[in-house]
Amino acid sequence: MEVFKVILLLFLIVCAVSVSFIKSPLTSVIVFMSYSVVMSMIWFILESPDLAITEAAVGAGVSSILFFVTLRKIQAIAQKGDGNEQNQG
Amino acid sequence: MSRIRDNYENSLWNRLTRWVNGETDPFKGRMEMKPLREAELKGDSVYNPDHLDQAKVDDYLDHLEKNKEMKAFRVLYCLGSIALCLLLISVLLLTVSNLPVLGDPNGPNNNLVSWRYIEDGVEEFGATNLVANMILGYRGFDTFGETCVLFIAATCVIILLRRDEEEIENTKETDWKYEPKPDAILQTVTSILVPVIFLYGFYIILNGHLSPGGGFSGGATIGAGLILYVTTFGFHKTQRFFSEKTYDMVKVGALSLYSVTMIYYFYTGANMIRNLFPLGNPGDILSAGMILPINIFVGLEVACTMYAFFALFRRGGM
Repeated sequence: MEVFKVILLLFLIVCAVSVSFIKSPLTSVIVFMSYSVVMSMIWFILESPDLAITEAAVGAGVSSILFFVTLRKIQAIAQKGDGNEQNQG
Repeated sequence: MSRIRDNYENSLWNRLTRWVNGETDPFKGRMEMKPLREAELKGDSVYNPDHLDQAKVDDYLDHLEKNKEMKAFRVLYCLGSIALCLLLISVLLLTVSNLPVLGDPNGPNNNLVSWRYIEDGVEEFGATNLVANMILGYRGFDTFGETCVLFIAATCVIILLRRDEEEIENTKETDWKYEPKPDAILQTVTSILVPVIFLYGFYIILNGHLSPGGGFSGGATIGAGLILYVTTFGFHKTQRFFSEKTYDMVKVGALSLYSVTMIYYFYTGANMIRNLFPLGNPGDILSAGMILPINIFVGLEVACTMYAFFALFRRGGM
């Protein structure tokens, strides 16, 4: 279990550092998501499963989706299907 | 006016104001740094990228690279940010190394308060989940404030991002009008997953006083399930069971019922009156007095807020 903990913590540090160095916003949001997932595993190991549930739902789920929606709105993510949609509409 | 302040242009105050307003010129008279007003932007003469003098632009860029002030500023900026980062890291590490050891019987965290929570919690509030006893019983006022903060946050998002239903229907080009395309894989997976997610969320809420979890975790899970459903099936299908009217009713109703419960609870607690909620048998699903209803209210509130955030960001309405 100690080894597993150390691996998770190292992964956490790598994620945290790489978020600030990644240029593409989409990739950095996905890395942030994986940070949240690992964080929720660490909460579980630290014997607080309620925090783990909240972290997985809010950190990895809802806040990342809000990031995606905002990036799409400000057109930082390429929108593949939009050309077709506009033709149909 | 100029008679009174003869050298106003060079006074310290004027330079400070110009620096704050972004009107100072770090390139020594080569470029106008003052941001344009809206009235100035309307005329074509102010900025037209087609009529830029290429030689002038090259000269300007060349000057920008050779500007000693700018170079010094960049180097200083880099060094300053590195120093600040190192300082922050060392302060945090020092703080962590001076924290009391976990499980130390003489540590400052091992005082009467936590003993009271652990030993008398089940007897006084009736929930076997001690965390629920703590956050909804002993510190119920804090949790009430947090729920109000969620309500205020959702209200602010509504104020900022809300659009009229007519505006959504009448616009053609913008993407908030579009419903997601029917995707076979996504729809099949969602129709299998969403009931399970909802069930799990309700389980977390209803078992908040028996097992880890509670209103906030369960509400967040239900909210995530709602968001998954909306991204797959679109807003028109979701409006059949969760329209804006339902949202308003559930949200305001949950918060007001929560506050009524809390007021009643504070009143009886402060006046030493016996509580009407029976504590029941610790471990039963219908036990722990007011913790179960409060968990349900908090869960509804959080689920609504999560869904509202997504809907307002995505579409500008529910």
